[in-house]
Amino acid sequence: MKDLSQQIKEVARSLLQDGKVDLVIGYENGSLPLRTSPCFVRSAGEVERLIWNACCETNLATYLPDRDERVGLVAKGCDARAIVVAIAERQVARERVVIIGVPCEGIIDRRKVASRLGWKEILQANLEDGRILLAGDGFEETLPLEDSLYEACLTCEQRTPPVYDVLVGDPVPPVEVVDPFSEVAALESRGADERWAYFSQEFSKCIRCYACRQACPLCYCPECFIDQTQPSWFGKTNDVSDTLIFHVVRALHLAGRCVDCGACSRACPMGIDLRALNRKMIKDVWERYGYQAGLDLAAMPPLSTFELDDPQEFIK
Amino acid sequence: MMAARVIDKGRIVSLLDELIEGYEVFAPVMSDDVVLFDRIASGGEARLDFANSKRLPKEAFFPPSEVMFVYAGGQPEAPSSTGDRLLFGPRPCDARSFLVLGKVFNTPDYQDAYYVEKRERTCIVGIGCNRPLSTCFCTSVGGGPFDEEGLDVLLSDLGDRYLVQIISERGRRLLEGNALLEEATEADLQEKERIATEARERIASRVETEGLSDRLAGMYDDPFWETLHQKCLGCGVCTYLCPTCHCFDVLDEGGEQRGRRVRIWDTCQSPLFTLHASGHNPRPSGRERMRQRIMHKFRYFVNNCGEIACVGCGRCVRNCPVNMDLREVLIGIMVR
Repeated sequence: MKDLSQQIKEVARSLLQDGKVDLVIGYENGSLPLRTSPCFVRSAGEVERLIWNACCETNLATYLPDRDERVGLVAKGCDARAIVVAIAERQVARERVVIIGVPCEGIIDRRKVASRLGWKEILQANLEDGRILLAGDGFEETLPLEDSLYEACLTCEQRTPPVYDVLVGDPVPPVEVVDPFSEVAALESRGADERWAYFSQEFSKCIRCYACRQACPLCYCPECFIDQTQPSWFGKTNDVSDTLIFHVVRALHLAGRCVDCGACSRACPMGIDLRALNRKMIKDVWERYGYQAGLDLAAMPPLSTFELDDPQEFIK
Repeated sequence: MMAARVIDKGRIVSLLDELIEGYEVFAPVMSDDVVLFDRIASGGEARLDFANSKRLPKEAFFPPSEVMFVYAGGQPEAPSSTGDRLLFGPRPCDARSFLVLGKVFNTPDYQDAYYVEKRERTCIVGIGCNRPLSTCFCTSVGGGPFDEEGLDVLLSDLGDRYLVQIISERGRRLLEGNALLEEATEADLQEKERIATEARERIASRVETEGLSDRLAGMYDDPFWETLHQKCLGCGVCTYLCPTCHCFDVLDEGGEQRGRRVRIWDTCQSPLFTLHASGHNPRPSGRERMRQRIMHKFRYFVNNCGEIACVGCGRCVRNCPVNMDLREVLIGIMVR
């Protein structure tokens, strides 16, 4: 099997040469260890920049809405699911995007790696046979890749994109998860006071940079509720009541839509546990409607439709 | 000025405990995995074993949200100012940022009461950087890992002790006669010079900034911005973690009888920043917003205030969610 980077370059080259797309969005090497950076390629001559590795963390689907060009988009399983939701919600025209699916075996959690190294600065990182070789000032360390992945990747059931136009490489099986919602259940089982304390602590770290919202491929509202000023619905200070309400409402807006790609937590500079609320929404939507977002272009999002037999015991 | 002193590392906690008696002390603390500056109640809370804080020491003068006044029954009440403050532990790059901020908030023409009031009652004890990060580029923008600008006292890590150099009269008042300090020897001073030289040499990131402002002058409509902004998500990480960014918004919360006026940070990377009441937005896309950020720091500020509004701390480089690297942006401008 040719390596995935090579295959992505070839697919991008032919899409651009054949005039099937105007633009390919993929990843290129970043300027720092364990980083890649989104890469916009408009001519076949530039495709050599494109790469693939376990540091391709950005969900590139966030660049799709409001784009006039026909786009070839490099998509992991979760990214492809986000594209499916964006298409179903009429934010992206199916015929204007070529999904270049990449089977993904998990993305490296830089924070996890840094914490394992006691936050020492990493000056070099190489990926090799399921290991991360790290080096810094006066140290060398090797970590197994599987211990260094994002939490979201550990419960990923769609490592191979469910929908794609071209698939590079061979499909990879889903992660076998016994109880995908165990961490949600653990949080649910704690008392209201404890949960309040947990979320207050998490959201007190928020600096209101909105990196979570901007990185989210499904936060595409032209005007976010939090930016509305006439009237101004919510406070904009760093008081925890203000930051918490922003995150709660954002999570509710994503109920039945969030594909748990983890882009929000990766973008967050403060390391807030942003997935906790989203996972709870995913669990509720799954339990009530048996629905998972982003698997099927034809499926109607459950919170955008109404059936007479919908569970509604919560309406009092 | 008094001669240089030294203090055993083991005595730093006692020193802080002592200073807390007379000062509101702000020091680096670790909250989960984030180093930030916060008011401490005891010296043991301070953490000095970090390369640089993630959040900014400027928050001690210019907090992300600040109540300007509250009113009840229609009568406004300004928050009352309090006693002397000590900001302990900022790095020299961040200390330089206070000079930049001073050129905005404290000028002959305009004094921002909220900033000036806090700044003027604060003594700043900085710590030099023995081991600058790979993303640090202070020496490219006029600073250095042991620069004293903006500081009242500079501490230098000599291994088991800190060299304590008093830089200002305020610094002298802070530490005069303190029994925890001892006289420094000539060897201590030499050791510090050696460490400082080595630290400066360790800074591998070099960005040419000579002539940058002039180059930007001709680049307002350059296609460069169109390419540059493509991957930018439009979040506020680079601005909210920038020690020199100083833009803010003012909000009124409440009604006629009760309420408050709050100042919060704002970011030029948000479309709302320039949205007019008419609905017109002069910076409608990332192209204009990214250009503004670069132009402001490296051209407008240079023209208006005589220096670059970047201290090379590298926070925007380290924290950008899509790895937009300011150093590469500046290099891109210089080779254009």
